[in-house]
Amino acid sequence: MRRRVAPYFLLGPGAAWLLLFFVIPLYYLAKLSLNAGVFGSYEFSWHWENYSDALQLYDTQFVRSFVYAGLATLFALLLAYPLAYTIAFKAGRWRNVFLFAVVAPFFTTYLIRTLAWETILSDQSPVVSVLDFLGLAPEGHVLATGGAVVAGLTYNFLPFMVLPIYASLERIDARLIEAGKDLYASATQTFLRVTLPLSAPGVVAGTLLTFIPASGDYVNAQFLGSASNQMIGNVIQSLYLKQSDYPAAAALSFVLMAAILVLVLIYIRFAGSEALMGEEAV
Amino acid sequence: MDDHHGETPSVELRSVTKRFGDFVAVNDLSLELERGEFFTLLGPSGCGKTTTLRMIAGFEQPTEGHIRIEGEEVAGMPPHKRPTNTVFQSYALFPHLSVEANVAFGLKRKKIAKDEIAERVKAELERVGLAAEANRRPSQLSGGMQQRVALARALVNLPKVLLLDEPLGALDLKLRKELQVELKRIQRDVGITFVYVTHDQEEALTMSDRIAVMNRGRVEQIAAPEQVYDRPATTFVAGFIGVSNLMPATVTGGQEVKLDEGTTISTSTDGFSQGDRCHAVVRPEKLRVETDGNGNGSAELPRVEGTVTSSLYLGTATQIAVDLGEGVRMTVLVPNADEAERQRLPGGGARVALSWEPEHMHLVRESPNGAPAGSTDGASAEDQSQKLETSQGG
Repeated sequence: MRRRVAPYFLLGPGAAWLLLFFVIPLYYLAKLSLNAGVFGSYEFSWHWENYSDALQLYDTQFVRSFVYAGLATLFALLLAYPLAYTIAFKAGRWRNVFLFAVVAPFFTTYLIRTLAWETILSDQSPVVSVLDFLGLAPEGHVLATGGAVVAGLTYNFLPFMVLPIYASLERIDARLIEAGKDLYASATQTFLRVTLPLSAPGVVAGTLLTFIPASGDYVNAQFLGSASNQMIGNVIQSLYLKQSDYPAAAALSFVLMAAILVLVLIYIRFAGSEALMGEEAV
Repeated sequence: MDDHHGETPSVELRSVTKRFGDFVAVNDLSLELERGEFFTLLGPSGCGKTTTLRMIAGFEQPTEGHIRIEGEEVAGMPPHKRPTNTVFQSYALFPHLSVEANVAFGLKRKKIAKDEIAERVKAELERVGLAAEANRRPSQLSGGMQQRVALARALVNLPKVLLLDEPLGALDLKLRKELQVELKRIQRDVGITFVYVTHDQEEALTMSDRIAVMNRGRVEQIAAPEQVYDRPATTFVAGFIGVSNLMPATVTGGQEVKLDEGTTISTSTDGFSQGDRCHAVVRPEKLRVETDGNGNGSAELPRVEGTVTSSLYLGTATQIAVDLGEGVRMTVLVPNADEAERQRLPGGGARVALSWEPEHMHLVRESPNGAPAGSTDGASAEDQSQKLETSQGG
């Protein structure tokens, strides 16, 4: 008997936490999203128009959010994979130093780091002068452009990409790589046929951990973008805190959640398929 | 073994040395393997056997010396360009690929035609009895099955040399014995040179055509299994293969040695000169225990006297430890053929004489590379009986 009870006992605190801080707020948010009326006198009335309005009014911001988050995820992946690979296989005794360097930004708050980027990307900064010189900042400025927002998102979520990829690479048995070489695969072939497929779980985890929070982010667009770079997070924040249009903000939140869920499910379905896991047909 | 002069050796190592920093893993090693030979590198952990194998495979490069495979120098050549394949200790099967795709991996890299790959993979899986498991993942197979997949994955490429790094080490005893027989059968069928690394002396004796016994980066003896067992070259080989009784002695004449405890015995002293120090070796199953009553008819045999310190019942045999004094301890293995006879064996404290046929005694040199771990002096009775149990089959 005791053995059957133990798992539930262990799940208890986590389940209680989720109920209290996720399920109950979600319920109130769902109810709020169906309220109608003006500020001060919102009433629950199955007001589905909040949803259709949300989609009609803010479709540009939705699309922009996913484009920015998608680009940031792609850039983070391109930066993180070689970095994680180097730390896992080539860093030797410097491994922990590098890992610390990856995590070190977390010692400063997210907000401060993003504000620092505002300075780094400002028109007077040497970084921008160099980019300008290289022809990468066409109008002589970077701040308040979509590029700046994507750069900020990439920077802020990079550790969430590096760490899972590192963890999956580090776990790979060195003998598997030797076996690849023993079976006539060159270094490149061994990477493509053995190392890459075996690190796929880390890549999937890293992209999810980057894409999901990046889609809902508003801090980077707020500080590094202009009015024309607003993401859906900025709209929700503004509706909630500035215009006090709680039902619209709640409806938008639900639409965002649903959209992310659908995208993630499609992604996992695709990523989990044999093709991406490196299965070769005979 | 001498009839292959003039033929290019399958694998040739010339004065190969491998250093890792200050540590010399392999020291001035030279080997010549015949084509189609089952050659075993045997020794305790850290003796350099695995490093030697990895140098043949190309995972390590020798610090000095030459490695040739069928006459072609391979030092400096990466593993994927060598005509060798390896069966790894923990199999190293690709977990993300099916059994079939694991076996096909090497052929695909060699750009073999698809039809031929499918055919060869199928034939190889049938050879190891896993045709039905072709589409399963390695993690769904038992250890023994995984081992067969690893073997098929290597053999399907028809390498010139197959390298096996303790391939049976992770399996239980019964399965290990089955696979020993199967491996040997497959090796005879395919006729490929096998280089087999193990620390298990019984495995080496059962399967090999020749054995190289290694100690501290050097080879102590290269010979056929019977030679290694009956005519060990050094005290290390004598102690590592089976249980040996080493009696310190001095060569006193052309055909004569004097044991330190006093007995003079006439024997072959080939390779020794008068005055040389050596050890006289007699295997435990070749010794006879004589108590006062039953010494008849063997008066002319060489004999030594000592005190019984323990008597252990091992099932098929009884193991008696006899202390000759001066730190020399002998182990005697008496087959339990007759219960009444077994009852008459001397117990602890009894004074006994040990005798043996002169041809069962053999002189060995002190190992130039130090004593093996767990040599006869100082080894506990349990160690000895464990060794005895595993050596009886060989």
